[in-house]
Amino acid sequence: MTAVSTRNGPEAKAADSYTVVKAKHPGRWLSAAAIIVVAALLLHSVFTNPNFGWDVVGLYLRDVSIGRGILVTLGLTAISMAIGIVLGVIFAVMRLSANPVVRTAAFAYVNFFRGTPVLVQLLFWFNLAALYPVITLGIPGLHLDANQLITPMTAAILGLGLNQGAYMSEIVRAGILSVDHGQTEAAEALGITRMQTMRRIVLPQAMRVIIPPTGNETIGMLKTTALVSVISVPELLYSAQIIYARSFETIPLLIVASLWYLLITSILTIGQYYLERRFARGNQRNLPPTPWQKLRRFIATHDALALKGGTR
Amino acid sequence: MTAPVLAEPMVNADSICKNYGSNEVLKGIDLKVYPGEVVCLIGPSGSGKSTFLRCINHLETVDGGRMWVNGKIVGYDLKGSKLYEQSHNDVCRSRTEVGMVFQQFNLFPHMTVLENLIEAPRLVRKEKKATAVARAKSLLEKVGLSDKADAYPRQLSGGQQQRVAIARALCMEPRLMLFDEPTSALDPELVGEVLKVMKDLANSGMTMVVVTHEMNFARDVADRVVFMADGYVVEQGPARDVITNPQNDRTKAFLASVLSETAAS
Repeated sequence: MTAVSTRNGPEAKAADSYTVVKAKHPGRWLSAAAIIVVAALLLHSVFTNPNFGWDVVGLYLRDVSIGRGILVTLGLTAISMAIGIVLGVIFAVMRLSANPVVRTAAFAYVNFFRGTPVLVQLLFWFNLAALYPVITLGIPGLHLDANQLITPMTAAILGLGLNQGAYMSEIVRAGILSVDHGQTEAAEALGITRMQTMRRIVLPQAMRVIIPPTGNETIGMLKTTALVSVISVPELLYSAQIIYARSFETIPLLIVASLWYLLITSILTIGQYYLERRFARGNQRNLPPTPWQKLRRFIATHDALALKGGTR
Repeated sequence: MTAPVLAEPMVNADSICKNYGSNEVLKGIDLKVYPGEVVCLIGPSGSGKSTFLRCINHLETVDGGRMWVNGKIVGYDLKGSKLYEQSHNDVCRSRTEVGMVFQQFNLFPHMTVLENLIEAPRLVRKEKKATAVARAKSLLEKVGLSDKADAYPRQLSGGQQQRVAIARALCMEPRLMLFDEPTSALDPELVGEVLKVMKDLANSGMTMVVVTHEMNFARDVADRVVFMADGYVVEQGPARDVITNPQNDRTKAFLASVLSETAAS
């Protein structure tokens, strides 16, 4: 080191004036070019193939019955997720109970509903009348006709909600277990009861672990609701199917449904981002800026002229 | 500093035994702590100090012997000649008389400092918010953290967090305070501020049981030092006597190693 730095030859003096030749990345250029070519071909076909029927898509995108279908899809997603979350918390707490019977019951529930396809479950609920034509629930005087009680909508809510409860219980359980045991001990030492500890201390902290997968589950649920088209609940997909059954414009209407699904899931993804941020409170010293804040900061700190110069 | 002998002991441990499976952690601990007394439990790690401390507020159940706190058996109701195990909520109620401070602070990270302090008074004692906040603020002032009421625990140093934890325990107005190695998780330069708060508390007449490795604190603040090893109380006596002039060989060896370490650092 010292030998080099003490040398005062012409090479050392010229150190700053070397021209730097950047490494070439021919692979990068090639792969980028290939992808652009494929994408261009794809886009070209999408916009020139008349079978896509973009005019029909435009026509039905804001159709009234499609709109009603969207509302049913959204409602079904919200109700099923609400049931799923409530059941999930209950069964997660049961799974962690000291009582082995309670624990086993919760495990059996989770195992059954996770172990069978949700489509089969939906069909089961839909055909409940074949199994129990009259529902009494063991209460004397109660006499319900299963055929009237189990409409496609109730079958859909029961099927999706109960199934979601099983998945949510695993998510909630993981969240509860992620909270340091010292938190429970500190609460106990202060005389806070178990229920209060769960509600005020453990669950709020478990939220940080529970929220991200729950967001994914909600987005998944929105798409899973398409399954209930098989039991003729008039949600988004079924509404599209009804139209193309008459008009035979199958592809354009499937595109209409897909575009709406895509739009709603995108909105939900943004919502999830802000929800996660909110529950990160207290766990990070400073929250990272949102993309919007980043953009504003970027504009504020980067002078447009300086950017153009591109030196440095 | 001799132990003030008053009528009823605050803590009365009668041959406490505890095992984890086949591992006997406590092999018959007898200890009385009188009101206003400060007792330090010292000893090598694995000697059962922390386990014993946790038996006092029933965070651990005892497998043998009886623990009395404030004249009541911990975790049981005595009716006639029978002991009835208490429900979890009854245990919780009796714990409000005993405050505890943990090695890892265990503050609630999703709450601000003030929220941490008023949580238990609000939930357990059903206090009005204004009452709880007023007491919380005066306690924060006592531990020198009035300006941190709205901070989250993560924004505080370890020493500050531990001082908040002490204030949080005091918010329940306990008659007895347990400290489980309160300075062991702290950087050396932060130990002093926590010990000072504890010293002030001791001077205010609080009954304290402290598991600690801070021999200077034990010597200067405690009334009595109890040396534990292998699940037994090996030696106990007035703090200065035990630390400066230990009688038992185990105590001598332990103190020699701890004090040489302190001197070296």
